[in-house]
Amino acid sequence: MSDHAEHDDSHYIKIWGYLLVLLAISFVGPMFEIQWLTLLTAFGIAVVKAYLVVVNFMHINMTPRFVIYTIATTLVFMFLFFAGAAPDVMADRGTNWIKPAWIEAERAYAAGEVGGDAHGDGHGEDHGEAAEGHH
Amino acid sequence: MSTRPIATTRSAAGIPTARLAVWWIIASEIVIFGGVLGSYIMHRLAHGIWADYAANTNPWIGLTNTFVLLTSSLAAVLAHQAAERGDGKRAAKLLYATTGGGLLFLCIKGYEWSYEISHGMTITANTFWSFYYTAAGIHAAHVIAGCIIMLFVAQTAKRNEELHRVEIIGVYWHFVDVVWIFLFPLLYIAK
Repeated sequence: MSDHAEHDDSHYIKIWGYLLVLLAISFVGPMFEIQWLTLLTAFGIAVVKAYLVVVNFMHINMTPRFVIYTIATTLVFMFLFFAGAAPDVMADRGTNWIKPAWIEAERAYAAGEVGGDAHGDGHGEDHGEAAEGHH
Repeated sequence: MSTRPIATTRSAAGIPTARLAVWWIIASEIVIFGGVLGSYIMHRLAHGIWADYAANTNPWIGLTNTFVLLTSSLAAVLAHQAAERGDGKRAAKLLYATTGGGLLFLCIKGYEWSYEISHGMTITANTFWSFYYTAAGIHAAHVIAGCIIMLFVAQTAKRNEELHRVEIIGVYWHFVDVVWIFLFPLLYIAK
């Protein structure tokens, strides 16, 4: 059995209440359509909610330190992957390569020539047809 | 002579093997979900049109499913507490409630997906929807796996046996909840 300090059930119900309040805020915040507020309420609060669950429900703080370090290492690798891949994925050209269909699709989108319905696509080398509009 | 494998009873790392195993699984899951979500984020930031595609997802369904998963997580942690007190029957009941939450989540997702697919938003429609179905699909597979395992754990917990398993499946379930906590704003909120 677990060696963590036992809490009263009311403690967990209280945490659940906090999570629901945060959920409501994260849902309402983006409705104001202010970019920084959306980032803060949607993603900032997601981090807080995850922290509450990991600490209070998963009791990670009650596990040996090496478990915490192991989990932290996987998160670091995730950020390394992002930092390594994102510059190329997010660029439309680089040394000896270019994404012509993407450039055209993004130009068409910026010019309002492409709608936001579910069909077709507006980006990527393998979605060149979207540059000519949706099908 | 005991028929239990030695690995289930030893704790050479200063932590019960089962608990170490579930954290090890979670570490590998972070890499899986992290890769998918990281790829989604970099594409989303690079392509303005993805915000328009994301506008087609229903935030109320996302909100409802988040509420369902958070509530099922509460039931899972209460089951753990009941197991700590040696109350296997209550732990089993709460695990059944958690499984019910998982099944409700899947039903809502099934309704949502059938609506989207019938309106042309299929996995092959474009890269956004490919990511959408892949990320949510992998997550749903974890919900299904969690529900199945939880039913087995509840069976033994009901007999007051192997109560340590209640904590183990609970930790896994909370992780599935944490993944959804990040999927919710990415797929439903940020338009």
